[in-house]
Amino acid sequence: MRTARVITILAITIIAISPTVQSDSEQIILASHCPPGFELTDDNACKCRNMYQQYESLRGSGVGGLKTGLPAIRDGFSPQQIDLGRYLFFDPVLSVDGSLACSSCHDPNYGFSDGKGRAVGMDGAIVQRGAPSLWNVAFLQSLFWDARASTLEEQMQGPLYSAEEMGNTPAKLAATLNNIPAYRRLFADAFPSAQKDIRVQDVHTAITAFESSLVSLNSRYDHYAHGYHEALNENEIEGLNIFRSFVARCAECHTPPLFTNQQVAVLGTPEPDGLPLDQGAQKTYADPKFRAGFKVPSLRNVARTAPYMHSGTFETLKETVAFYTKGRGHAVPEGEDLKLHWHIWEPDLSDRELDRLVDFLETLTDEGFMPQIPQRLPSGLKPGLVRNENK
Amino acid sequence: MKWKMLMIWLVLLAVGILAGKFLFKSKPTSTALTPVKLYEAQGGYTPGLAGADTALAGFKGEIIEVRNGDKIQDAVKKANPGDLIRVYPGSYRETVYIDKDDISFQGIIIEGEWPTLDGGKELNDGFLYSGNGIIIENFKIINYKGNGIMGQAGNNFVIRNNWVVDAGVYGIFPEFGKNGLVEHNVLSGIEDAAIYVGMCDNIDVLHNETYESVAGIEIENSRHCLVENNYTHNNTGGLLVFITPGLPIKTCFDIIVRNNFVVDNNLENFAAPGSIVSGIPQGTGILIMAADDVTLEGNIITGNNNAGITITDLTLVANVATDPESEPNPDRLVILDNFMSNNGNDPGGQLKALMATQMESKGPDIIHFGGGSGGCILDKNKYRTFGLEDYGQCQVRTSIAVKSYMLAEPVPPRDISAEEKGKLTFYGVCSGCHAYGIRMIGPPTRDLQAIYNNNPQGIVDYITNPIRRRENYPEMPPQNYLSEETRMAVAEYMLTVEK
Ligand code: HEC
Ligand code: HEC
Ligand code: HEC
Repeated sequence: MRTARVITILAITIIAISPTVQSDSEQIILASHCPPGFELTDDNACKCRNMYQQYESLRGSGVGGLKTGLPAIRDGFSPQQIDLGRYLFFDPVLSVDGSLACSSCHDPNYGFSDGKGRAVGMDGAIVQRGAPSLWNVAFLQSLFWDARASTLEEQMQGPLYSAEEMGNTPAKLAATLNNIPAYRRLFADAFPSAQKDIRVQDVHTAITAFESSLVSLNSRYDHYAHGYHEALNENEIEGLNIFRSFVARCAECHTPPLFTNQQVAVLGTPEPDGLPLDQGAQKTYADPKFRAGFKVPSLRNVARTAPYMHSGTFETLKETVAFYTKGRGHAVPEGEDLKLHWHIWEPDLSDRELDRLVDFLETLTDEGFMPQIPQRLPSGLKPGLVRNENK
Repeated sequence: MKWKMLMIWLVLLAVGILAGKFLFKSKPTSTALTPVKLYEAQGGYTPGLAGADTALAGFKGEIIEVRNGDKIQDAVKKANPGDLIRVYPGSYRETVYIDKDDISFQGIIIEGEWPTLDGGKELNDGFLYSGNGIIIENFKIINYKGNGIMGQAGNNFVIRNNWVVDAGVYGIFPEFGKNGLVEHNVLSGIEDAAIYVGMCDNIDVLHNETYESVAGIEIENSRHCLVENNYTHNNTGGLLVFITPGLPIKTCFDIIVRNNFVVDNNLENFAAPGSIVSGIPQGTGILIMAADDVTLEGNIITGNNNAGITITDLTLVANVATDPESEPNPDRLVILDNFMSNNGNDPGGQLKALMATQMESKGPDIIHFGGGSGGCILDKNKYRTFGLEDYGQCQVRTSIAVKSYMLAEPVPPRDISAEEKGKLTFYGVCSGCHAYGIRMIGPPTRDLQAIYNNNPQGIVDYITNPIRRRENYPEMPPQNYLSEETRMAVAEYMLTVEK
């Protein structure tokens, strides 16, 4: 489809050329306008505006059919906080040794994931799970594969302060940033009422602000949903119908418009390379019924974030989709008694139907609101991006 | 000679009959009236089959006819909101999906010949709709693998007078809908619930017959539902009202189950392994699980071999993950007058063991099992009960004041002004490339305002079919996927943006 291609090319162009406003001036200056998708209000807050706000959802649940409202979004940050968050997000100075930024694992060139099955942390350590995409993360009520965090601020303290990932401590992070004059100035701009010194909670707020700006709601699927039925071809519509049918039941968990119902479900997906079973949300809820339960991921932009599932077992969408038709519990290790979700059954999908499902999943791509990767960072370091030596 | 005459007569007669039949077959005419819309005939009570006299009166749309050999989906593609699609007798092998609002489907039944959607055990669902204001009536729906009729988020629907046989997992399944009517349908041979109201509000389920299915009627994670005058028999479980944990909408309350026949629901459970209903004991009349404020009145509940009415908390579904957000107990149940006899003749596993502790071999009429409080019963002594010690005497005698749980007016589409629509579209779409005072992928909005001052139509024309204007900018992708009305709204809004 031409439109999609043009947009993709455009998105790639901005990353490549990055015509940032401040690139040719000496000082980094925070944006005073909101990122795409947001309206600037009179009290300097960016409020998300999107076409789904035309619709309601039953009991405000944010799940339903095509013309259904979204779940509540986290928004209202100032343009300056969002822009500061962007610098922080890409800045490896946040890690203990300056080697890893958030964007090292959530790289815009990889759909805000990293193209790897399991993420690579400090000194090449391979962590337990894969890095999820961050598109539309502001709509999520729980975070991490096992749903163990309920706010973005809480979530990011995982990677920031874990030895495996960015290896920092709150005190050290504050000290590092306070030693960088440019950051002192920018924090003062973004948090005018705060004390002189940079506080870690402001770091958390700014990064949250930036993450919340990553909105993707204008895919070809969305064009169809809003009423332009020519947006999808016959195969893709067939895929949509399989997706929402009660045979495949994908839409019962990956419910539009966000393509997740935000619940935890036990699927019994396999681990790669003979790794032991991941207990998943059993730990979060201290309840064995959630053993190997994972949060239903949104499928928006899923074509951009291979490999798939919490630890990247499947390389392609076709393999991923085929998982659902290989038989209830077919990949559960012997001796495990998992409480598999009732929608995991034997839908007996044909190979053709699997292809149509993949066709449909590929219509969920939209990176029209791609933020710019900063050319220069206040720390003077280079933006962290996925490193591919081993690939 | 005589014989010859007779032969000629006979031949003529035969030709006549054939010709008549042929003519009639090839050009079936219909005396059917247009379907009764939700609010046409609603003098407090629902119209049922008889309301048809209101007929063509208020009907403004087009009528699109579909005949054997045509595809219903082609008619859907042509249809605009307000249209009626009439389907004549014949066999239609397709999944009809409806992503538009206010489309009515009416099967035309001629001398007992129904228009039949036949999935051939290959297709997934019969009807699949997401639009509001959908009416589906008079269809025979058979041999699907998923659902006969499924709604995903459509409000103000009517599903009426359909005949659903062996159509897969659910027969009729509105999900995420508000304000709907499911009436006069006959369903059988369904491997989960024949009628399944899931995550809905304000639904009436009236005058249906369900049999030989695992569950006859199931109201799940829904509120404000009236289930009345249904005949549900020979299923594994007749009528279920419950909370399933792990769904995004967590509650089920304010349900009236009234004047239903719940009879002989003793079918062996044939649900798919792992499904929620696979745990329902055969011989279950009515099952209330974790739902609150359920009223049972005037039901005739007989011959259900496990128990007439089972009330339980969520521990019944041991195979399903728990849900910290679902309240597991059935509270404030109201049991008014019901006719109950001959239940519990052959209780199964768990219940049998429980009854044995009471030196009983029969199952009860009514059993309450596990947590739950605030229940009442009008005349406990009439029934054989178990676990109802905490039930008080009901203060109300009847629920009859509630005639319907549908809304007095249809759920309106969200009222949104052209300006608002323009704004949502501008930020939702255009702001990806156009910011007010700075260059992004496209030129600044401020500059475009100067070019198109007072000329929104000029913007509409440009964005419908953009041409290359500037050397140092990429091509702008066409925005023709936005409706014409939306393009005008966004053009007008673009001209007013100030920052
Ligand atoms: C070493 C790679 C790595 C780095 C660095 C990293 N992440 Fe992650 N991120 C992950 C992985 C892996 C997960 C999933 C972990 C899990 O679920 O247990 C994750 C999960 C998340 C999630 C949850 C998304 C969801 O859908 O639940 C968010 C939000 C997130 N990261 C943001 C950040 C931010 C902000 C930073 C920087 C402060 C960051 N990450 C740094 C690898 C990384
Ligand atoms: C019972 C709920 C449920 C159903 C039904 C379901 N999914 Fe999933 N899906 C999940 C969960 C939970 C995960 C994450 C599992 C894991 O990581 O182990 C997931 C993961 C995925 C992923 C990988 C996403 C990623 O970013 O790695 C894809 C693709 C996917 N599902 C597609 C589908 C399709 C297509 C269907 C229908 C055939 C379907 N799902 C049905 C719950 C469900
Ligand atoms: C993917 C990026 C993109 C999106 C989205 C986009 N535009 Fe544009 N637009 C451009 C570019 C690039 C140009 C400059 C094209 C040129 O001059 O050749 C442009 C030019 C224009 C012009 C100027 C035409 C002229 O005569 O000079 C108008 C008006 C316009 N866009 C309106 C809109 C509206 C309204 C929307 C939203 C419905 C929109 N655009 C969405 C990229 C975009």
